[in-house]
Amino acid sequence: MNKPYNHTKATLALAKASFRSITRSPSAVVFTLAFPLIFILVFGFLGGGGVKLDLAVSPASDLHNPVIIALEHIPVINLIKDKSTTDIQQRLEKGSIAGVIEVHQNKAEGPAFLADVKYTSAAMDKGNILKSILNNLMYTLNTKDLKPSVAELKESTVHGRTYRTIDFILPGQLGFSLLSTGVFGTAFVFFSLRQTLVIKRFFATPVKRSSIILGEGLARIGFALIGALFIILIGHFLFHFTLIHGVATVLNMLVLSTIGVIVFMGFGFVVSGIAKSESTIPPISNIITLPQFLLSGTFFSIENFPSWLQPISRALPLTYLNDAMRQVAFEGAGLWDVKQQILIMVIWGIGIYAVAVKVFKWE
Amino acid sequence: MDKTNTIISVRNLVKNYADFEAVKGISFDVYENEIFGLLGPNGAGKTTTLEIIETLRDKTSGEITVNGFSVDKDSNEIKRIIGVQLQAAGYYPNLNLVELMELFAGLYGVAIKPMEMLEKVNLQDKAKAKYKALSGGQKQRFSIATTLLNSPKIIFLDEPTTGLDPQARRNLWDLIVDIRNNGTTVVLTTHYMDEAEQLCDRVAFVESGKIIALDTPDNLIDQLLGRGFERKKEVKKANLEDVFINLTGQAWRED
Repeated sequence: MNKPYNHTKATLALAKASFRSITRSPSAVVFTLAFPLIFILVFGFLGGGGVKLDLAVSPASDLHNPVIIALEHIPVINLIKDKSTTDIQQRLEKGSIAGVIEVHQNKAEGPAFLADVKYTSAAMDKGNILKSILNNLMYTLNTKDLKPSVAELKESTVHGRTYRTIDFILPGQLGFSLLSTGVFGTAFVFFSLRQTLVIKRFFATPVKRSSIILGEGLARIGFALIGALFIILIGHFLFHFTLIHGVATVLNMLVLSTIGVIVFMGFGFVVSGIAKSESTIPPISNIITLPQFLLSGTFFSIENFPSWLQPISRALPLTYLNDAMRQVAFEGAGLWDVKQQILIMVIWGIGIYAVAVKVFKWE
Repeated sequence: MDKTNTIISVRNLVKNYADFEAVKGISFDVYENEIFGLLGPNGAGKTTTLEIIETLRDKTSGEITVNGFSVDKDSNEIKRIIGVQLQAAGYYPNLNLVELMELFAGLYGVAIKPMEMLEKVNLQDKAKAKYKALSGGQKQRFSIATTLLNSPKIIFLDEPTTGLDPQARRNLWDLIVDIRNNGTTVVLTTHYMDEAEQLCDRVAFVESGKIIALDTPDNLIDQLLGRGFERKKEVKKANLEDVFINLTGQAWRED
């Protein structure tokens, strides 16, 4: 009885209860893990191939000649054989193939073979690539045994790190996971604890309000970080997500995740305060999460956006989290190198918690 | 039982909400180790009065002390010596009863064995169940178990038997009497007069924010008879509830 009351114990008891509750809540698991992982799986399998050109071979074409054999060995080109002329014509008009080639032996004087190539205006970009590949091929075939008279091209490729789709997609999905855990999770939990008088019952115990917030926050951050770690590890081991400095990079990413989820929880507190009923939580939360989901470079680099949209993108906190994550993971930046991004997130955090203090309701 | 030891003292309690006066100058004492009932219709101010004593709600004016602590200055001391069962309170979602007990042990800062607490209210078989999956009577018993965690001097029960069937009600009465016999003072609200008559040592009638009568059930009945009151019809020695209980059995029942 005379033992002093232990606030740390109370906070930890709450954190433990909340963590258990979160891991058993289907929506938390779906938003934090399932959705991001599905996107990563989809993009992980989609990406990585680079450019592929479909080139049809006309049915009238000779197939056993140096041109076709050389084309078969060019990785960028995918030769499509055994298609009828009308089928090829239709595909050309739709632009689903880059062109059609017909090679036959030259009965007259001159080169041994003649190659007719037809491009399509429906896929000019691919056609141009095809054109330069074919020019290059013809040049190589024709000059096989000749010494160049003017200049010889010496080609080599620098071996850099391969920037895979996963290197872009994963940090974005990680950000999305943190955003939805922070906003939806926090908003729902505090709203329902208030509605069902769970918080009121807590107030009948000696626990402090700050312990309730802190305990709940610890549980959510813990859950978000486990989710983040899971996403990073799946990405790394299944899809070769680049982690330049290994464990150090992962730790840096977790630090960024913590900052991110704390900022996003601020939005959650605000939503739980302004929502009038349980059914208004999803729309209000979506107003906060969807624009960030689409405009913060989760799927596409914001440089591709029209210039009037970019300032909006550059105002959102998730943009800076995504940006910092990519720099840390792929470019090997340290936390100090992304201090500007962190600073902007911290400013967002201060702003949103100032609002949260005003609108948050206990009962 | 020493009835002179005042453990709760309420003097001139007033509570105004924005548009109406919920409590209009209530005064009463609760004695140590009694079962004290606040009776009255819905909206009379029972719950408001209780929540102010429990330090969950601010009062407009008046003096309240609980075990010598003032609600104004020592609310945290009060919280440590009372147990509170709220009307229609929920519990943390997705946790089973043992986990909820562990949570409350942390909140009260006490070391308890969750299973022992559940045994006290005969819920040991439901240890792994979620609160939501309990029946009405089991929910109330669990709520009461959470009020006992910190071995409180006083527990407050707000309409503990509302919505329960006759067996569950009687089970709860037995439980409440047990708790009192173990030395805890009980303050409860109800609008069932048979319950108050059976259970309470003293009752206060609350009507529109005022206490209109306060005494033992026996004295209040005698006073009424003394004023010449007579029931229109002589009552039989048993009523329909006695028949129901007799036919269906009174033992603990998983309702």
